[in-house]
Amino acid sequence: MSQYIIRRLLQAIPLLIIISLLLFVLMRSTGDPLATMGGRRMTRPEDRARLSRLLGLDKPIYVQYLYWLIGNDWAKVDMDGDGVPETPGKQIGVLRGDFGKSLVIRGKQAWEIIWERLPNTLLLMIPAEIIVILFSLIVGIYSALRQYSFTDHFITTLSFIGYSMPIFFVALVSMYIFAVKFKQWGLPYLPTVGMFDPQVGKTPYQVALHMILPLFSMTMITVAGYSRYVRSTMLEVISQDYIRTARAKGLQERSVVILHALKNAALPLVTIVGLDIPLLLGGAIVTESIFAWPGMGRLFLDHVSRADTPVVMGILMLISLAVVFSQIITDIVYAWLDPRIRYT
Amino acid sequence: MGDIMKSAAAPTYNTLDTSPLSLRMLVWRRFRRHRMAMAGIIVLILLVLYAIAGALFFSEAYANHTETSLRLAPPSSEHLFGTDTIGRDILARTIYGGQISLLIGLAAVVVQVIVGVIVGAIAGYYGGWIDSLLMRFTEAMFNVPQLFLLLVMAKFFAGKIPTIEFLGRTFSGSVIVIIIIIGLTSWMYLARIVRADFLSLKEREFIQAAHTIGARNRAVIFRHILPNTVAPIIVSATLGVANAILSEAYISFLGLGVQPPTATWGNMLNGAYNYIETAPWLWIFPGLLIVLTVLSINFLGDGLRDALDPTTIT
Repeated sequence: MSQYIIRRLLQAIPLLIIISLLLFVLMRSTGDPLATMGGRRMTRPEDRARLSRLLGLDKPIYVQYLYWLIGNDWAKVDMDGDGVPETPGKQIGVLRGDFGKSLVIRGKQAWEIIWERLPNTLLLMIPAEIIVILFSLIVGIYSALRQYSFTDHFITTLSFIGYSMPIFFVALVSMYIFAVKFKQWGLPYLPTVGMFDPQVGKTPYQVALHMILPLFSMTMITVAGYSRYVRSTMLEVISQDYIRTARAKGLQERSVVILHALKNAALPLVTIVGLDIPLLLGGAIVTESIFAWPGMGRLFLDHVSRADTPVVMGILMLISLAVVFSQIITDIVYAWLDPRIRYT
Repeated sequence: MGDIMKSAAAPTYNTLDTSPLSLRMLVWRRFRRHRMAMAGIIVLILLVLYAIAGALFFSEAYANHTETSLRLAPPSSEHLFGTDTIGRDILARTIYGGQISLLIGLAAVVVQVIVGVIVGAIAGYYGGWIDSLLMRFTEAMFNVPQLFLLLVMAKFFAGKIPTIEFLGRTFSGSVIVIIIIIGLTSWMYLARIVRADFLSLKEREFIQAAHTIGARNRAVIFRHILPNTVAPIIVSATLGVANAILSEAYISFLGLGVQPPTATWGNMLNGAYNYIETAPWLWIFPGLLIVLTVLSINFLGDGLRDALDPTTIT
């Protein structure tokens, strides 16, 4: 097992390098970061040339990638523009934990900018993941145990509709109902944008209140998809012999379902949850931009439009790292839960 | 699957009307029994009619016509769906937007299928280092969430493709860009399915037979193996149309997709969240049309899966 883990970790390295190369080339060819830099307009060509030298943007793209990856403190760069490299480089590269300085917010490390936003995104992602797992299990099992009943058909139809909804539509409709209409009807209504009411301040209660609608929009679609999945695996498991044996022994239905059936029925869910993390992260961009939530998704959107390579690459690599590791962890957890699976 | 196809297709090839139940008829029989899929088809036909026949009542110029005195007018008898922030008629815009959204959905899937099938077929057929190289690349693409990739690529291609005149209409270059990038960011799943099918099919006897009679690699790939993987490709392509329409809606919603004045259901929603309270008709109609389209395509795909592959239980 430990051999397997080590091999997977080693395989992740070239994968991450391919991803970073691909994204870096794409990102660096998406327009001119100098054009929008700090809101100032560079009119003099000498200024432009000097600045692009300073930021290393004048180098060929593979050199830029190399400097980004392993830094340039071992090489000399040309700073005064006479064609002779004389100043030793200052970057130490991503591999040593330096994502470079942001091109948009001057003088700030890309890492700092991302670090400020990361907790806000996690604050949405972690509860969202818990809600998704919990609710899809409950709904899926409930639906499976009452196969072909009215409730089952109702839930199946509802989940099919939910599954086909774009996140922003769920968000818009839920904002319309729970914020706008509830306010009109004089009911207690939910806040729509931001993390807290500036008049009240950032209290835990305020943040929790502002989390309800984003969480609802992020989880509803996924719950709809997963519960269909849980239902079908549950149906498969519940018709197996060992469940009949458990029932024949006179066990209570509750313990048959929870102790015996659920263990096997929930197994495939582990894989799906692990593999769908990219989907949830993508949803975060939309959710955060609609609900004005100051997280990484919005940060990405703001900086991708201004060609801020260091910050965008930082976010993308962080996400890729999360995805790659979640896949490895998924496989390990799967093997641990299901003794029939052996990795060699 | 492969066996059914072979045995059913072979006798009907020369002798007409001898086989009363061809594979196609079998599939159609099973498909017809899937009530939700039939409903999905009907709704889809209605939606296509809406987008095409609607164009007979409103011209494209009218859909893009701005009337600043009528900004954010609520639905009325003159403007059934109301008007948007600069006074354009929303009903006419959902019609022309529907054409573009459906076009993007279909065209992006064509790109997706071409790339996915070629990558999957080559990786599965040749194996070895080609396979591992292609699969590493596929995996790398898979590991970045699609929406992030789409946004980066939308920036990458933005403004690089000029406006195109086609069938007497002008298509903003951004439409082509969106089609290409959606196609290029969604082929990975299909490539994996095709590769897996190729891996198992290439060991079968009929492929060995093809090799022994001297068929070239290209012929073996496209004429002998590929037809046997058609079923999963059809299902995945159908569901791909729904995903492509959703992807377009997402990037256009975020403002990096198709640029106005060309309408799509997605970019009609761009900025709509500023008008949640004041002008709900801005986002309700295009939003509902997206949901309806995606829902009926999903039902259709579900029905196709059941009809084409009776062994899977959903």
